[in-house]
Amino acid sequence: MKKTSISFILNGDNVTAEVPATWTLLKTLREIFELTGAKEGCGVGECGACTVIVDGDAVNACIYPVLEIEGRQVATIEGLADKDGNLDALQTAFLENNGVQCGFCTSGMIMSAKSLLNEKSRPSEDEIRTAIAGNICRCTGYVQIVESIDMAANKNEKMRT
Amino acid sequence: MINYEYFKPESLDEVFELMQQYGSRAALVAGGTDVMVFIKQSNHSPEVLISLLATHRMLEQSKMVKNDLTALHQGASQVGSVQVRNVGTLGGNICNAAPSADTAGPLLILDAVMVLQSPEGQRRVPIEQFFIGPSETVKKDDEVLVEIEIPAEMSRFKTAYCKHARRQAMNLPIIGVSVGVLLEGDVIADSRIALTVVAPTPIRVPQVEAFLKGKPFEEAVLNEAGEIASSPECCMPRDSVRCEGWYREEMVRVLIPRVARAALGP
Repeated sequence: MKKTSISFILNGDNVTAEVPATWTLLKTLREIFELTGAKEGCGVGECGACTVIVDGDAVNACIYPVLEIEGRQVATIEGLADKDGNLDALQTAFLENNGVQCGFCTSGMIMSAKSLLNEKSRPSEDEIRTAIAGNICRCTGYVQIVESIDMAANKNEKMRT
Repeated sequence: MINYEYFKPESLDEVFELMQQYGSRAALVAGGTDVMVFIKQSNHSPEVLISLLATHRMLEQSKMVKNDLTALHQGASQVGSVQVRNVGTLGGNICNAAPSADTAGPLLILDAVMVLQSPEGQRRVPIEQFFIGPSETVKKDDEVLVEIEIPAEMSRFKTAYCKHARRQAMNLPIIGVSVGVLLEGDVIADSRIALTVVAPTPIRVPQVEAFLKGKPFEEAVLNEAGEIASSPECCMPRDSVRCEGWYREEMVRVLIPRVARAALGP
């Protein structure tokens, strides 16, 4: 199949790839860049397991046409920890607060939360629930996930003051 | 078989050139949140995808839309999830023409006009005439929806949209009720009522608008409006996987007064 060359910024690095036009962003991330944190759950934009951040916005990578990524900035779960491997406040909060059970939804859940906290450092519970409304978790009742996000927001706030 | 070329035109001229070249073998994509799903689920694609642009999220975050076009704000804020709203567009939601589209009712009560452009020129179609069936509109194959106009005077109406669904997250409405009210004192000078998922297309309900004209904005009047709206002359909802028709009728009756009061605000 004919391939097209694309360039974009992936977790802070300039990257290029040769991809078929019919690929999605998710397939490109997983099969070319071997970043398998974003998962394919439903494959049709309903479950959010594939969530990554494009130019600051959470998107479903499984239905994102890959050629639309040209020139944009993509952040995945693999880019959240800093260069020394220190985890992001959200990752720590999910660990400490048991925000994870089977883990399949977790990457997407955290990326939706990350996009929210970038926009709003102290979201209300309602805002947290709206931000992750497109991320389905079949293990938990969402309570510890919501608490984890709130905990990360609190921690970020403390670090600033 | 999924196999397509993907074009990102930078001008309308370029769009029309591509459309002329590929005709019915091409499809227009805005955010792709419906088109990509359709391609994946049917395992079949057009040969060419032509990409266009502007999102629900922009409407959700706009103070102007929230204040002056409240129902549209409420509709756009309830499409899919944040991820879908960040990518999916108002134009795409309308051209996809789902009977359940969350932005269709709000645009109906705001007298929106669809501006369609082809190489031959532009034409303007009131949204009431735009939908002809599930996934079907009057937009011709060589036309592109380039603008949605809302008359400035419609911002004088107080509007609200209610999406009635089983849960709040990632759901399609069982029914959608949109109400616009223009009050003079306590009297309803003018109104707009639209229903979604009660017919093959989103509909306006002129019978109820005519009934309300000149009446006082009060409980008994609003309840009767609900009775009229839920009668077979106005809507004939079908049974579907999401719920049975009789329940949709009941909810139209209950929600018309409720959404009218919500439109006026607290």
